[in-house]
Amino acid sequence: MSELSVNHLLGIKYLNKQDIQLIFETADHFKEVINRPIKKVPSLRDITIANLFFENSTRTKLSFELAEKRLSADVVNFSASQSSVKKGETLIDTVNNILSMKVDMVVMRHPSPGAGIFLSKHVNASIINAGDGAHEHPTQALLDSYSIRERLGEVKGKKVVIVGDILHSRVALSNIYALQLQGAEVMVCGPRTLLPKYIGELGVQVETNLKKALNWCDVANMLRVQNERMDISYFPSTREYKQQYGVNKELLNSLNKEITIMHPGPINRGVEITSDVADSKQAIILDQVQNGVAIRMAVIYLLASKIKQ
Amino acid sequence: MSQKVLLNQKEVNIILHRLTCQLIENHDDFSETVLIGIQPRGKFLAERITNMLLTNYNKKDIKLGHLDITFFRDDFRRSDKPLEANTTDMNFMVEGKNVVFIDDVLYTGRSIRAALTAIQSFGRPIGIELLTLIDRRFSRHLPIQPDYSGRQVDAINEEKVKVNWAEFEGEDSVYLINN
Repeated sequence: MSELSVNHLLGIKYLNKQDIQLIFETADHFKEVINRPIKKVPSLRDITIANLFFENSTRTKLSFELAEKRLSADVVNFSASQSSVKKGETLIDTVNNILSMKVDMVVMRHPSPGAGIFLSKHVNASIINAGDGAHEHPTQALLDSYSIRERLGEVKGKKVVIVGDILHSRVALSNIYALQLQGAEVMVCGPRTLLPKYIGELGVQVETNLKKALNWCDVANMLRVQNERMDISYFPSTREYKQQYGVNKELLNSLNKEITIMHPGPINRGVEITSDVADSKQAIILDQVQNGVAIRMAVIYLLASKIKQ
Repeated sequence: MSQKVLLNQKEVNIILHRLTCQLIENHDDFSETVLIGIQPRGKFLAERITNMLLTNYNKKDIKLGHLDITFFRDDFRRSDKPLEANTTDMNFMVEGKNVVFIDDVLYTGRSIRAALTAIQSFGRPIGIELLTLIDRRFSRHLPIQPDYSGRQVDAINEEKVKVNWAEFEGEDSVYLINN
């Protein structure tokens, strides 16, 4: 096993192919560990990790915390709603105060794109980006690719369509980088209003017809419409969105092949995906959740191994 | 670099038979015993001994597992070289069983210390024994000794003991290598 080429995980953009390979191989070992009766290893018992969530999260926060605890790290949790951020403290001050309590690693979710990069330049700790605005969500993209690899054998050469609200999605951008790095073909599909204007510059195909997109792909990654990030109306109604861009069993059965369905969660059942699809064998949504813990253990372990004593 | 043969093919074969017989003496039909090869190199020795039990000594249903100790080691973030993990392959629990750890070379004892912790993830065994092909005595950092030992070797720290297996390195042999 070699080392990661980076000291922080700020985005997939900063990783190379070997890094992703190393993370996946390490995650394979951790996946075996978390299926043992005692799901814990003592590797990180002298490491303290702060989870700083300046934005709401359930799954990612839980997944990171579980990964950290299964590696035996000490964990401190912080959420912006209950903190001095509300009293006007700056990001660097907040983090430096936490670091002065001898924290080695920071997992941060923040509404501003680039918050992780900014922090990595100003504080002396390993930073993991758990989502920065509509920019990147690297661990989600890693676990998505890992789940594709697990289901289909490899990512290289596979056709993946990302469907839905690409405009407000950090998952989409990280997935595009990760999939392309591994040699997959990527397409985005959604209403024009929810596709960034220059998305084609990333080397992805653009499609507005869902059925055509699904017929093209091996894997469809369904994204949620992020109403909380929308200040204007991007489509006439949820009903119309569902009719145009929702995946249901009937649509899947009408395709010329069986495709794999993914969703990063949280699911809006009956909008982008119906319950019978979400709960079907074609969907690997719960595998993604389980793989999330293994991937995060691998990332934390590999970054921690670079923190010298 | 100079190297000296410690054991040749014939000697390795005699020792493997002796170690296997010693195991039979203590574990009879192996119904309550599990053999655990310590990854990475103990795996090969464990597989050899298992094959001998099955083919030469007509034992049935030998439970063999391979345990990786990487995440339980005490030198994480201390060594210059990143720690390389291997596969753990344990499709049984060790609760209430007699466990025999099998490794090719016993040196400082730190790997075995890690294995003693790692095995707890698979239950609480009745007891644990240690079988090793080469025992580098006088090199121990911890109070750990083998129950079954192929050959005791006095080697200084700068020297390396290398165990070769016919399946992988083309011959069964043990060398003492001086850099």
